Amino acid sequence: MINFIIPIIVLFIIIYGLIKKVDIYDVFIEGVKEGLKMILNIFPTIFTMSLCINVLISSNIINDLTIYLEPLLDILNFPKELLPIAVMRPISGSSSLILLDNILSTYGPDSFVGRVASVLQGSTDTTIYIISLYFATIGIKKTRYALIVGLLTDFITIIISLIVVSILL
Amino acid sequence: MVNYIFGIFLIIGIIYSALTGNISIVNQSLITSGTKAIDIILKMIPLLCLWLGIMKIASTSGLLTKISKYASIIIKPIFPDLKKESPSISYITSNIVMNMLGLGNAATPFGLKAMKSMQEENNNKEVASRSMITFLIINTASVTIIPTTVISFRLLNNAKDATDIIPACIITTILSLLIGLILDKIFYHIWRYFD
Repeated sequence: MINFIIPIIVLFIIIYGLIKKVDIYDVFIEGVKEGLKMILNIFPTIFTMSLCINVLISSNIINDLTIYLEPLLDILNFPKELLPIAVMRPISGSSSLILLDNILSTYGPDSFVGRVASVLQGSTDTTIYIISLYFATIGIKKTRYALIVGLLTDFITIIISLIVVSILL
Repeated sequence: MVNYIFGIFLIIGIIYSALTGNISIVNQSLITSGTKAIDIILKMIPLLCLWLGIMKIASTSGLLTKISKYASIIIKPIFPDLKKESPSISYITSNIVMNMLGLGNAATPFGLKAMKSMQEENNNKEVASRSMITFLIINTASVTIIPTTVISFRLLNNAKDATDIIPACIITTILSLLIGLILDKIFYHIWRYFD
């Protein structure tokens, strides 16, 4: 059923474009070019964050530290493999992307952890980054309750994604 | 913030591995993390290019403007303190629609325009207005219909069905948006006693 979503969107937009007499071939290529520009733009950040995250992970310190947190995580029924991505998701988009790739290649995309990490990455955004960028651009100094509500929502989203994945998949 | 993360991760990683006798592993990871970054980028290219190509057709044909027009009917009531004919609403809707379709980069310019336009209606230029905060909460909840990057990553890590997480993503993102909006409303009322 879900396999239909992307093909149907593609089909609908192509037909709509033809009806509106858009040069769909040229316009599509224009979009692909934008995609490549985007990739070039994010490559330096991905490269940089990949460097520091991989060094931190390979030093094994995260594993050693989560051993101490394990009793607490067990009580909360929270998989310890998800702790790094849950912490990094609101702070840095490229970091959580790298951590997601790590989880998917280690535990597999169809594992419970892999699925929760995917849903987590797909359904929230880089809260701290967005709030600071947008307010800084227009010169707002007092952000009031924006960050508290943003981070509180992120925290609840982590719990929701755990529940939704265990029920649905 | 990212400055510190970059520095601290590297420093802690190198020192901790030296202390635990793992320096050779860190040495290798320093040298090879570049290939991992390239691997990640390569995983993103196919679906991103397909999606941006298709969405370019959607925007040139006027489909995105049409969707935004309908969406603004739903979005208007969420911002009670904006003026009725405020241009902010159309920027806000464009931003949300772009985000929904997974066009984050195209969404940001609209988001910044929305913020500037709300700043014009703002009484105190240094303090965030109610509508600005609501807008950013919606933005960070990131309502996405098709999470293209996540699907690419699952696909290239050999998922049985890379798209099977779409329903879970949609349900999660809608619930998190609703909770964000409720919290936003609650905190708006609580915060008035602090200001």
